[in-house]
Amino acid sequence: MNSSSSPAHEPPPVRPGLDFSPPRTLFDKVWDRHRVHAEEGRPDLLYVDLHLVHEVTSPQAFEGLRLQGRGVRRPDRTVATVDHNVPTWPRSLPIVDPVARTQIEALRTNAAEFGIELHDVNSPHQGIVHVIGPELGLTRPGMTIVCGDSHTSTHGAFGAIAFGIGTSQVEHVLATQCLWMDRPPVLRVELSGRLARGVTAKDLVLALIGKIGVDGARGHAIEFAGTAVRALSMEERMTVCNMSIEAGARCGMIAPDDTTFEYLAGRLHAPRGKAFDEAVADWRTLPTDPGAPCAAVASLDATQVEPQVTWGTNPGMVVPVTGRVPDPDSLADAREREAARHALAYMDLTPGTPMTEVTLDRVFIGSCTNARIEDLRAAAEVVRGRAVHPRVRAMVVPGSTAVKRAAESEGLDRTFVEAGFEWREAGCSMCLGMNPDILDPGERCASTSNRNFEGRQGRGGRTHLTSPPMAAAAAIAGRFVDVRHPEGGA
Amino acid sequence: MKPFTVVEGTVAPLDRNDVDTDQIIPKQFLKRLERTGYGPMLFHDWRTLEDGSPNPDFILNREPWAWAPILLAGRNFGCGSSREHAAWALSGFGIRVVVAPSFADIFQANCFQNGILPVILAEETVGTLMKRATRPTGYRMQVDLERCTLTGEDGFVSPFEVVPYRRQALLEGLDEIGLTLQLEARIRSYEAREGAR
Repeated sequence: MNSSSSPAHEPPPVRPGLDFSPPRTLFDKVWDRHRVHAEEGRPDLLYVDLHLVHEVTSPQAFEGLRLQGRGVRRPDRTVATVDHNVPTWPRSLPIVDPVARTQIEALRTNAAEFGIELHDVNSPHQGIVHVIGPELGLTRPGMTIVCGDSHTSTHGAFGAIAFGIGTSQVEHVLATQCLWMDRPPVLRVELSGRLARGVTAKDLVLALIGKIGVDGARGHAIEFAGTAVRALSMEERMTVCNMSIEAGARCGMIAPDDTTFEYLAGRLHAPRGKAFDEAVADWRTLPTDPGAPCAAVASLDATQVEPQVTWGTNPGMVVPVTGRVPDPDSLADAREREAARHALAYMDLTPGTPMTEVTLDRVFIGSCTNARIEDLRAAAEVVRGRAVHPRVRAMVVPGSTAVKRAAESEGLDRTFVEAGFEWREAGCSMCLGMNPDILDPGERCASTSNRNFEGRQGRGGRTHLTSPPMAAAAAIAGRFVDVRHPEGGA
Repeated sequence: MKPFTVVEGTVAPLDRNDVDTDQIIPKQFLKRLERTGYGPMLFHDWRTLEDGSPNPDFILNREPWAWAPILLAGRNFGCGSSREHAAWALSGFGIRVVVAPSFADIFQANCFQNGILPVILAEETVGTLMKRATRPTGYRMQVDLERCTLTGEDGFVSPFEVVPYRRQALLEGLDEIGLTLQLEARIRSYEAREGAR
């Protein structure tokens, strides 16, 4: 910077914070901050700020440590809970499945032996790992966060780099608090406009996956930006980032802003007082710099998005509720046609059927995608004063014990139970059919979860992904209905 | 982990895109505590009928593909859940190489961690090999990680690329934690610098 001052004047001081380095994305800033070692031809060695652990992907990792005589490097950066295998019936009842019991007991033994905090079944902080992290103020902007679960991307809603890892990587993080990772390219997803009434963050992200496909973001870190994103609450942002993995992304992120800081203020593990103010000042420097290059861009106008329902066996096989089951012959690519035919056979759906004629046997409101308090409020609003259709068995599974208690203090549990829903304890439940909550072969389910793969909710089970208000309306009508119209609900 | 140099054998064709890890190893098998013994559960819901008996139509239940060490698949293989059990099931079955136009990231990393080589070839080439591999007599290939070449019994030859450090680790049968702990001093100095965050 040149000042054309005459010798009689002092050159103006350099503005504090002026930075001549090239503009960087949010992703780049967080990544660069966490590099322990970088070398040509190798991935970067990244430091992990927070390692979340659950009972399914950790037993072999701890066993590996034990066999090699290694300990956990940073127990203070490691937090465990039980969520995948835990039954959602009352906690006083025993766990019937011997393998689930063994995994949960293994986690208890491992947590005690290696000195790790465990939020066990009776803890007020227990819940789905991607629900409790943010709740407890463990998840914060600018962090690197990993867990042996693909929906770790959820935490990216706070402007953290958060992604799922395999069990060997879980063991590696436990032993070294680091991870070898190739830096992914950034895909900037511009979500413009604003969600219309009755349309949720779940619909927004399903519409996006419908548009770009289940491998549309493969290998990329997504940065979600735009007016529609800024208008989302933290819980809505979590829903969007949660599903980014379903577009094939490595992770998804949203830059922190005042909405983020307000959410975090006062949370159990968040910084307090002066430390909080200093943290916020630092977090304000994270958003993407103007002009920062990214590898690719995609966009979607949120204003045009309608309530969505999947028809097929991956999240990209989705249409608006006003649409119809597609005709495979109308698809351009031969493999896609074959995949669609295969999916329709599995789902027992006929091309051309309006989605509002698809009838249901089960409804599941839950999962790390959509089981936070705002999701339950939205569903309760649709349900209030109505009754679950006689053919339908419907359940609500809060994402955490804290969400459950908050919902009960608002009377939402009574609303659901009076309408005929089952009201359960917190856990992953029927998202993935690993615990007693499971579909029977052929049962068709409206689900607020994140995957509709063949057999995901139970062998032969037929999953339709949708939003909480849409699932609630479907429970009442016994079929899919458009929540935006009076006869469909709120 | 055994060093990986050359693998030779029949190629089993799985002509589908987007094969997710729920299909490779359904969730009911994720409850075990061990890292081994998942071979019989590979592609369980496709390999077995409702009554538990083997599905006679599934490729891996039929000769000459039942002992194939090489799997050929469509794009985005291994998408969905991060479960490393998918790689354990493939390696437990005896698969040492998966050839596809593309792989999901977490699954690909899990393969390298477990001595399985993921090979990326152009979609068209995979299509050509699918036809050959589906012939009733089967099709044999040799995968040479030292030379990075695939050779077919009929003279087909293709180079393939593997990230150098991944190739080296597979060739040496290396465990990643031991490698990382050689950088202990760097980790300590990072923690001293940034520890408060």
